[in-house]
Amino acid sequence: MTALNPVLAPAQQVRPRPAPPLALLAELTHRCPLSCPYCSNPLELTARNGELTTEQWADVFRQAADLGVLQLHLSGGEPASRPDLVQIVAAAREAGLYTNLITSGIGLTGKRLDELDAAGLDHVQLSVQGVNAGIADHVGGYKGGFDRKMLVAAEIARVGFPLTINAVMHRHNLPDLPRTIALAHELGARRIEIACVQFQGWALRNRAALQPTREQVDEAKRIVASARAEYAGRLAIDFVPPDYFADFPKACMNGWGSTGLNVVPDGKVLPCHAAEIIPGLEFQNVRTTPLAEIWNDGAAFNAFRGTDWLPEPCQSCDRRDIDFGGCRCQAMAIAGDARATDPVCRHSPHRAALDAIIATETDAPPPVFEYRRMPR
Amino acid sequence: MTGADRPFLPRGVRLHHDRVRDVPVLLGPETALMLDPVGQAVLAEVDGQRDIATISAALAERYAAPVEMIEGDVIEFLNDMALRRLVEAR
Repeated sequence: MTALNPVLAPAQQVRPRPAPPLALLAELTHRCPLSCPYCSNPLELTARNGELTTEQWADVFRQAADLGVLQLHLSGGEPASRPDLVQIVAAAREAGLYTNLITSGIGLTGKRLDELDAAGLDHVQLSVQGVNAGIADHVGGYKGGFDRKMLVAAEIARVGFPLTINAVMHRHNLPDLPRTIALAHELGARRIEIACVQFQGWALRNRAALQPTREQVDEAKRIVASARAEYAGRLAIDFVPPDYFADFPKACMNGWGSTGLNVVPDGKVLPCHAAEIIPGLEFQNVRTTPLAEIWNDGAAFNAFRGTDWLPEPCQSCDRRDIDFGGCRCQAMAIAGDARATDPVCRHSPHRAALDAIIATETDAPPPVFEYRRMPR
Repeated sequence: MTGADRPFLPRGVRLHHDRVRDVPVLLGPETALMLDPVGQAVLAEVDGQRDIATISAALAERYAAPVEMIEGDVIEFLNDMALRRLVEAR
């Protein structure tokens, strides 16, 4: 705990209490058999001995439900790398949360899925790195991963879990987009999330290797539009286009501190998964501070909450309450200033620099991946 | 959907009372839908047993409204939910 800054205290007292959060992303562990070069985890990963215990997670879930969280996303790393995953799911359901498992499938077996079913798991979100072993195992950096994943997908279907396929798309697998959608349908998915890679964490480090071309992006939009008609009523298709190619920024986290929060393996609570790159923000920990206090009064959550803090050109922009100035971490990464307008925006003075990055990266052959790796 | 379809909530989709906000919500994959009184009234009737015509007749009686109008609204609402894979029909 840091000493309360007396200059800030009065302002915090008059600030209205924020609306409660809807969703909690619980990064149970940073351990993962895969080493995808676009992993959203931070470059500094937490080792196993730094992770919260089963009972600490159960307490976080109860606090989250009391605070108003409805949806819990169990993620990582690979959540199945936690030996206590079944107990964690049981605790989440006991707390009354809708419980979603975000997994590569590696570490899950038919028996374990039956146990997760008995524990009340609501939904499974299975990542696919590619449509065949050649590309999928290359991207995941894990030989045999694709074949293993296909077996796990069959077990998920046997148990009957509702399934979403999560496909991160980039320069190397965008040509396989139609086949990716077909694969999701064949695996029995109700939904597919086609998410073009967002350049945070390891993805930012591998940006030149992953950057799609404008032609690929335009083609992807056409494919998604036609697939939505083709699969209507059978497969719901969510598409996250790459924001670098957009005219206006995404409403990151639906507004900082407005909708969701993220608890990382060691118990720190972040407004978004990349927020640790922003200098000067101090993140509180569920080991020492109640979750409600962190959400309602935490300095990191209040740093960019609402729109009062926004600079020009955002403050007078008619999109101010649509995108809230975009992504703080992207402003930090590209403009070197977390308070700046998201450089994706056409009104940002940094947009030209972003266009230059795209041109340079897409004109050159992609460099080799720097795979995500745990600390020694 | 037509009047003869018998809608139901598929596995992984359930009604839930949000005790913090004190509102009914429909929870599903990547979905937490705060229900308005109409959505709540329709989904409370969805049980996989009764068809849309029967559900609409019950709602028309309860709300003293023409059944044709109610059935049109019910089908429109359930079609939208079906496209999002939140409701299925047998």
